[in-house]
Amino acid sequence: MEAALSELTPEADVPVVFVKQRKIGGHGSILKAYQEGRLQKLLKMNDSEDLPESYDYDLVIIGGGSGGLAAAKEAAKYDKKVMVLDFVTPTPLGTRWGLGGTCVNVGCIPKKLMHQAALLGQALRDSRNYGWEVEETVKHDWEKMTEAVQNHIGSLNWGYRVALREKKVVYENAYGQFIGPHRIKATNNKGKEKIYSAERFLIATGERPRYLGIPGDKEYCISSDDLFSLPYCPGKTLVVGASYVALECAGFLAGIGLDVTVMVRSILLRGFDQDMANKIGEHMEEHGVKFIRQFVPIKVSRVACRFVDSILMLKGKKRVVLMVAASFSALTGKIPVTDEEQTNVPYIYAIGDVLEDKLELTPVAIQAGRLLAQRLYAGSTVKVRLTSFVSLPSGIMGLSCLLANVYHSYFWPLEWTVPSRDNNKCYAKVVCNIKDNERVVGFHVLGPNAGEVTQGFAAALKCGLTKKQLDNTIGIHPVCAEVFTTLSVTKRSGGSILQTGC
Amino acid sequence: VAMAAALRGPGARFRWRLAAAGGARVAARVAAGQRDYDLLVIGGGSGGLACAKEAAQLGRRVAVVDYVEPSPRGTRWGLGGTCVNVGCIPKKLMHQAALLGGMIRDARHYGWEVAQPVQHSWRKMAEAVQNHVKSLNWGHRVQLQDRKVKYFNVKASFVNEHTVCGVTKDGKETLLSADNIVIATGGRPRYPTHIEGALEYGITSDDIFWLKESPGKTLVVGASYVALECAGFLTGIGLDTTVMIRSIPLRGFDQQMSSLVTEHMASHGTRFLRGCTPSQVRRLPAGRLQVTWEDRTSGKEDTDTFDTVLWAVGRVPETRSLNLEKSGVKTSPDSQKILVDSRDATSVPHIYAIGDVAEGRPELTPTAIMAGRLLAQRLFGQSAALMDYDNVPTTVFTPLEYGCVGLSEEEAVARHGQEHVEVYHAYYKPLEFTVAERDASQCYIKMVCLREPPQLVLGLHFLGPNAGEVTQGFALGIRCGASYAQVMRTVGIHPTCSEEVVRLRISKRSGLDPTVTGCG
Repeated sequence: MEAALSELTPEADVPVVFVKQRKIGGHGSILKAYQEGRLQKLLKMNDSEDLPESYDYDLVIIGGGSGGLAAAKEAAKYDKKVMVLDFVTPTPLGTRWGLGGTCVNVGCIPKKLMHQAALLGQALRDSRNYGWEVEETVKHDWEKMTEAVQNHIGSLNWGYRVALREKKVVYENAYGQFIGPHRIKATNNKGKEKIYSAERFLIATGERPRYLGIPGDKEYCISSDDLFSLPYCPGKTLVVGASYVALECAGFLAGIGLDVTVMVRSILLRGFDQDMANKIGEHMEEHGVKFIRQFVPIKVSRVACRFVDSILMLKGKKRVVLMVAASFSALTGKIPVTDEEQTNVPYIYAIGDVLEDKLELTPVAIQAGRLLAQRLYAGSTVKVRLTSFVSLPSGIMGLSCLLANVYHSYFWPLEWTVPSRDNNKCYAKVVCNIKDNERVVGFHVLGPNAGEVTQGFAAALKCGLTKKQLDNTIGIHPVCAEVFTTLSVTKRSGGSILQTGC
Repeated sequence: VAMAAALRGPGARFRWRLAAAGGARVAARVAAGQRDYDLLVIGGGSGGLACAKEAAQLGRRVAVVDYVEPSPRGTRWGLGGTCVNVGCIPKKLMHQAALLGGMIRDARHYGWEVAQPVQHSWRKMAEAVQNHVKSLNWGHRVQLQDRKVKYFNVKASFVNEHTVCGVTKDGKETLLSADNIVIATGGRPRYPTHIEGALEYGITSDDIFWLKESPGKTLVVGASYVALECAGFLTGIGLDTTVMIRSIPLRGFDQQMSSLVTEHMASHGTRFLRGCTPSQVRRLPAGRLQVTWEDRTSGKEDTDTFDTVLWAVGRVPETRSLNLEKSGVKTSPDSQKILVDSRDATSVPHIYAIGDVAEGRPELTPTAIMAGRLLAQRLFGQSAALMDYDNVPTTVFTPLEYGCVGLSEEEAVARHGQEHVEVYHAYYKPLEFTVAERDASQCYIKMVCLREPPQLVLGLHFLGPNAGEVTQGFALGIRCGASYAQVMRTVGIHPTCSEEVVRLRISKRSGLDPTVTGCG
């Protein structure tokens, strides 16, 4: 045997250890490999003759959005060699954008800015009641707003590039595709290909809006991917969909003075508290947004006199189909992961909107990215809490429970009194678990600055807030949020919750 | 004659006319030991009305007496107290008017074609605000009626410990007796009468909200939140405004935050005269006011002309004309406020005091309201619950709002020692400021915690837009004993200003730059 061994290897002694067809060596070599971590790596790798000897990067992240960038910056803190591949496939209209992902470019940020533009329109009207001598009708310039919004987004894109550079994270504006174990091909927009290897990969590619698949949809319709940088005013718009994306867009388009119709197949804001969803719909209708309920579009064509200038498709999101070794759910194209964000391939992880059954929110993706990097490189064991209370656009949180006391009230923001706006439209409700000391398990608010109001209550809910503690807390006067400290009427009682203005 | 003799008992020197048969009836009842009411509330403000309505709801016979002694300038108002008439409500509405001025400027950046600059009409604003306040006065009267609470617009003073004499505006008198009496007369602004011309030519917060004409170029003297809030909205609606501060702004508040508040005001058009005290106010022939003051550091004197001088140098309790000595109720020799125990009882067992008039209580509407309700429940509802004055959240509605709950950094360090306190902080930029090209230099948050795990949150301080809305929920968290870790585990709502609270990771101790950049 020793003769045969000495033919295969330069080793003279036994034992000689082979791991996955690779020779490590004798006892001393095995021990050394174990101490350096190479042994563990070898044991984890997929069986293949094609394994790279060493990796170009510790971590390659596919997708430079909220989750991907958070993970990249965190991993870099632990002196890991990180690369981010980010590439935006243009929309059917040809829209593209820079580094930062959905939130920064075609989500949270431009949405909130355009929402603000709409709110300012209302503020202009209110200001007259408060003594400001503003003209009765003020026109809105879409191009001016979009330019300002895009400038801010540009500064964020730039800021991210600088941040990555400062943290020594390599960034490439290229489309990443797996080509084999631990290997990825990056193609830039000129078609140039480069191949990289990495010990680990993180898929954070997010999602894109889905098209309905009806004649004319791609030719004549736009999506949220196009809206925020549209070079011309969308004009009279039909928004198809009932998600928060649809309603938020419809809302600000109406707020800047456009003629807006929303086409809804069945219910509004599926998955949200339906009581609140209906109130939102009502409010929007009272403020000029038209609704066409229980209809779906079947065809879009260009007409000579252009009745409808733009149709915004916001039906849902298209799932990204990945050509990777990682498995993906056959139905949705999303990626299932463990509670440590690991896919079925041990060295490939995934976070953010691309995940199956997870909340599609920037802060969740950011937290997931950060925690993942800490678990991989800083010895942390902390995972994303799946039961985190999160807030959704109109300040909705927690659960809508049946075995509960639901306390509720209308309220009238003081600032709305002088311009005689909407009394008994703003609404507050808490859902309390009767069986658990009336613990507050749900919080809902419909009114101005709902996000600002809800955030603190989210923290309080996390601390186990009960109705009694809510009642014993002094309100700040006069603000909207204080209504929650004086809720006394339950839905069950049927008592009146109309406010008389005192 | 027997009746008259009985009446002349303890209040022998008290003269009154037996013009009303009602008076005789009251006297008879008093003599017979049966009083008119279970509860008489003196003062129809936040505390008084809350107490009265709660007691009535518990089935008791309740009366409220409310009277507004006109200000030296002659300003008066209706039912509802300070908050409704010359406090929180008109203040917040005028603050809103000022904020809207900023929004009009922002609107241009967001594509609205507004012709700038835009003029502001004080008259229009004041009328709108005053109309809303009047609707609240009316609303309160209707509410009292609905709850079967008797209301008298009379100026009350004690006759004896169970009887109060009420005088109408025209001088008509009534006697009211009750088993229990609650004094909730609040306070009024103080005039610095030692300054020549102060009383004759200056106004206070009692007057500013009721002016029919614009106050014009205004000098606000004082460093309280009243002073800064008023100066703030006056600047915001375009008036030339100066604030004269003797020593430090917002005494009692976290001083780092207070500096940021005034810094913001100074960089947005309010002129500050620090370390100065006025010595004289003179009226010039044309009607304007000339104010002379001393700069305490240089010792030099200076002078300037204003249209209005607004004194915001503190408040005094409304106890002077109550004839408290007839009832035996004791006041603090320093503050003149009524001394109370934890059950709001005065030195006389069946007489209570709540709200701004009571010694040692925060001068806030929501605490007065809650105190009033709890008191009624203790008196008539078999409850023993006492007010908890810990961790009361408040907000200062200056142009950049400051919301806070819990301890200031100084208080925390004093209580626990520097080594046991960890302060997490951040400078942030509200998203809406970006397109509007607004300066966010003073947008700042700090959370004061105990250093030892789990790092209990001792105080939260937020400077930024909608500070009250942001702070309220966190106040609840602090009440539930929130720890730093719990707050950090809360997922943020994106994009808002309040989410920056749950993202506070930089400690002061680390010395790292606390400026927030980007989304995450």
